[in-house]
Amino acid sequence: MSATTASTAPALRHRKRSWGERSLGLVAWLVGLIFFFPFLWMVLTSFHSEADAATNPPSFFAPLSLEGYRDFFAAGPLPPLINSATASIVSTLLVIVLAFPAAYALSIRPVRKWTDVLFFFLSTKFLPVVAGLLPIYLFAQQVGLLDNIWLLVLFYTVMNLPIAVWMLRSFLAEVPVEMLEAAQVDGAGLLTTMRKIIAPVVTPGIAAAALICFIFSWNELLFARVLTATVSETAPVFLTGFVTSQGLFLAKVCAASLVVSLPVLIAGFAAQDKLVQGLSMGAVR
Amino acid sequence: MSSTTTVTARGATSGAPGGGRSTGAAPGAAMRRTGEWARRAPLLPALVLTVIVTQLPFVVTIVTSFISWNAYYPDRRHFAGLENFQTVVSDPDARKAILVSVTLTLSVVLVSLLLGLVSALLLDRKFLGRGIVRTLMITPFLVVPVAAALLWKHALYNPEYGLFDGLLKLVLGSNAPQVDWIGQYPFASVMFAIVWQWTPFMMLILLAGLQSRPLDVVEAARIDGASSWQIFRHMTLPHLRSYIELAGLLGTIYVVQNFDHVFTITSGGLGTANLPYYIYQTFYTAHDYGLASAAGVIVVVLTIAVATVALRTVFSLFKEENR
Repeated sequence: MSATTASTAPALRHRKRSWGERSLGLVAWLVGLIFFFPFLWMVLTSFHSEADAATNPPSFFAPLSLEGYRDFFAAGPLPPLINSATASIVSTLLVIVLAFPAAYALSIRPVRKWTDVLFFFLSTKFLPVVAGLLPIYLFAQQVGLLDNIWLLVLFYTVMNLPIAVWMLRSFLAEVPVEMLEAAQVDGAGLLTTMRKIIAPVVTPGIAAAALICFIFSWNELLFARVLTATVSETAPVFLTGFVTSQGLFLAKVCAASLVVSLPVLIAGFAAQDKLVQGLSMGAVR
Repeated sequence: MSSTTTVTARGATSGAPGGGRSTGAAPGAAMRRTGEWARRAPLLPALVLTVIVTQLPFVVTIVTSFISWNAYYPDRRHFAGLENFQTVVSDPDARKAILVSVTLTLSVVLVSLLLGLVSALLLDRKFLGRGIVRTLMITPFLVVPVAAALLWKHALYNPEYGLFDGLLKLVLGSNAPQVDWIGQYPFASVMFAIVWQWTPFMMLILLAGLQSRPLDVVEAARIDGASSWQIFRHMTLPHLRSYIELAGLLGTIYVVQNFDHVFTITSGGLGTANLPYYIYQTFYTAHDYGLASAAGVIVVVLTIAVATVALRTVFSLFKEENR
């Protein structure tokens, strides 16, 4: 992951580094460590015994223990984790399947008034989701979809669709017009153009959009809490209930928090360059 | 809702050629070109689904906001006119929630933008282990928000065995002051936990902006004798403007809706309930559907008003179109 950052640094920066610049490097390390420290503390605490975790002053070098993890897994977190995975992965796939053609219609061969349509998508993100909470709850109650993971899949799909359309549109807009025209002159059909010309350019964009949709769905709490119960409870909901029902055990809370965050952490670390690209959305240049 | 959306869209696209006007298709003109529907077809599934799932519920919310409806007393359900709105507006808790939402969003977005800018500038330079530092920096963004809130509440802020008071004791000895962080500074406690989570997000966007800077121009300016500050002030900052706007916009969209941290750290107590929490409580705990809906309508109207003003006056983001 570090190599790719360095490669984006232009050759022009190869100047002799003064002491001032070196110390800025140290400052960067310091800032990074400060931001990382709470997380490090969470990891450390999760591997301590409950007795060692709850000491004041803190014991950094207490013997390691798996007590927290054992207690967490004894509480049966697997069904919620599977629910979360289902909701996040399926909704992310649906988002991409829906957003890609939409992005195409908004950039390569734009429909009339495409800026309005694009803005409509984005404006739905301004709607505080909480304002739709009651009707969706009542609807679920009427049709018997309460405590059903597929309702969350639908909701997460629509929740992330605008951002994905927006991101993918800007990635598609990067496909050079000349290439598209050349393909047209050569008589390439829509599918060939998509596969041979557009796909290679937008693969990083799709990956970035998918990653961000996955993170936001995995993290969602409010709707999951209101719309699910025992059967379809997601990992974040499980986490809140778990802490209140069992009292506070610090090592266990930290172990639980870490396990629930793990999929997002792994995905995010593995694809952090995509994350940078995706968040900038190529929208601004 | 659709009418208000149009207002927003009109404001934002006013500078773009061909933009503006309403989202509805102009009759006759739409049929001018053949193949218009072939162009629209790929768009329709996403558009239809979005309209159904986001706009329809909101219509129901508007309708419900005029009904006096508490699920505990289903027999007493009746049309109430503006009663719910009057109740919300005169409810000190609701007013407080509006104030909390505004101050919390503003303070979190500004502080995390500033911290994000500083760390992006630091990370844009070349130094040993830059990739590692970037990984360290983005970690907070990758911790599930509820988990992050639990971490801050129990492992860091806790007055008995939290890390912060523990560090005070470690440094200052056993007589060190022990602070009840959440009890004494509830707003700041919630705010800093959210800032920790969102600073990396801001940093990532701004870093992407910095790395897209045309460096030959910067180098030329340096050779011409421009100081680092001059380069930052007159070249880097203007280039970063649209990235700062994007970061601020996306940050605001997500922070204004924050529920997880408020719910976990204070359960809305100690004057930290924001609007999402207030609505959640009115609906989920008090089961007052009418009141919750009225509050929801108010939130949406306020959000759209603020967004429209912001996009019209401040943002340059949507004014230039590249195709």
